[in-house]
Amino acid sequence: MIKIRDLKIKLGKKQVLDGVDLDIPTGKTVVVMGRSGTGKSVLFKNIIGLMHPDSGSIEVDGQEVVGLPEKQLNEVRKRFGVLFQSGALFDSMTVGENVGLPLREHTKLSSAEIAKRVTERLEWVGLQGVEAMKPASLSGGMRKRVGLARAIAMDPAYILYDEPTTGLDPIMSDVINRLIRSLQQRIGVTSIVVTHDMNSAYHVGDELAMLHEGRVVFTGTPDEARSTSDPMVHQFIEGSSEGPIKPL
Amino acid sequence: MMELIEDGYEYLRDKTLDSIAEVGRIAMLVGDTFRKLGRGLRSFGLVVEQMDHIGVQSLMLVFIVSLFTGAVAAVQAGYQFANVVPLKFIGSVILRSVIIELGPVLTALIVGGRVGASIAAELGTMRVTEQIDALDAMAINPVRYLVVPRVVAALVMLPVLTIMANTIAIVGGWIVCLTTLDVSTHTYVTSMKTFFFMKDLWSGLIKAFFFGGIIAWMGCYYGFRTEGGAEGVGIATTRAVVSSCVLVLISDYVLANVLFRFIFNS
Repeated sequence: MIKIRDLKIKLGKKQVLDGVDLDIPTGKTVVVMGRSGTGKSVLFKNIIGLMHPDSGSIEVDGQEVVGLPEKQLNEVRKRFGVLFQSGALFDSMTVGENVGLPLREHTKLSSAEIAKRVTERLEWVGLQGVEAMKPASLSGGMRKRVGLARAIAMDPAYILYDEPTTGLDPIMSDVINRLIRSLQQRIGVTSIVVTHDMNSAYHVGDELAMLHEGRVVFTGTPDEARSTSDPMVHQFIEGSSEGPIKPL
Repeated sequence: MMELIEDGYEYLRDKTLDSIAEVGRIAMLVGDTFRKLGRGLRSFGLVVEQMDHIGVQSLMLVFIVSLFTGAVAAVQAGYQFANVVPLKFIGSVILRSVIIELGPVLTALIVGGRVGASIAAELGTMRVTEQIDALDAMAINPVRYLVVPRVVAALVMLPVLTIMANTIAIVGGWIVCLTTLDVSTHTYVTSMKTFFFMKDLWSGLIKAFFFGGIIAWMGCYYGFRTEGGAEGVGIATTRAVVSSCVLVLISDYVLANVLFRFIFNS
């Protein structure tokens, strides 16, 4: 369970997060949606301590992570798998080395055991025989899947997805959406998905939260989102340029 | 008019504060590197990999530059000695100018260009493609994983490259002496032996050690602080190279003073 309370952060002169309250219940997938530039990625980076809020609190399994010293923060981070927008694979390493990196760094597994785990996790995301390839020779969708395999290498309790379907074709987007779903069922992981892709949001989300101007303005199930009378949420999920949210 | 002055004042104030903050951040990176040194060295494979990048792959460049450095030193000495100083002293002049100054400084400047740029570009690209964030998110400290191996490799390899540069430069000078100055090998070597002092060699190597640190830290610092896309990487690379070259020359002056006035002054 992750509890976010009154989270505020100012970047330059802009109040990016202005009192975010959000609960992510264990075992559920919560989709944080909102327009580009509403602070979705900033929220995501705050949760794993890549950015530090000006005020507010983030509790992971009852432990406050805001202001935690690096050593303890790293212990919390080990419970997280993160899929970055671009995959963030290390291009100096092969696919296999990328997926195995957290295992080499944090476990005492032998290289044979690591290789076995790497192959297994790559299979989970539908990839076979790619261990020796370099990330540069992979397509966008494959890179995301390798990134996902790396994120689940350590059996995380939480997975954070930053725009998992952005930049992918519709078919690859569906593959990723199904993977997010199947991982939740297979390892019972709790997920936070940051996206502005409504298809993806409906597909993977148990709960949707909408971020607008630094606050959560709506939370509810996908059905509740569809039937809401809130004009802002309605405008966003319909993808209309007319309504209370003004295009910049 | 008042507005103009106020704008100017604000600009100067911001610039000054920025520079002070920058020095502070570099000092923090250096401090962080020392704190993570122990754990960083345990991943010895990464250090060896960087030694190859920084040292072995610079060999050809250092070879060519130092060969000509030695040759030019001989030509210049020959020209300036003409009718003033006997040419039998030319070996010692080449030797001492090479091991004290030309070897370490020129090696640092060309390696600074090559390696400083490549470190800043690599880490800068890693920064803008979220690879450094990914390390943090995986609970792998980026300073330990990326900075420590590069700094350690540079600290070790710069003196090594300098020794090589010294040797090649002396050979370059010798070739010029033999072919155009009519100085025999025997005269050249005897002159070098007569005026060789161990402290000269040491001072050059100590300087090279410091230059190695400057090059690696500048590359890492500007790489880590890269913002924006390709443009940001370009800016970081330029800053890393320019700042390391300038700092190499400034610290050369400082170190020369410290080493010869206080340490090797006997």
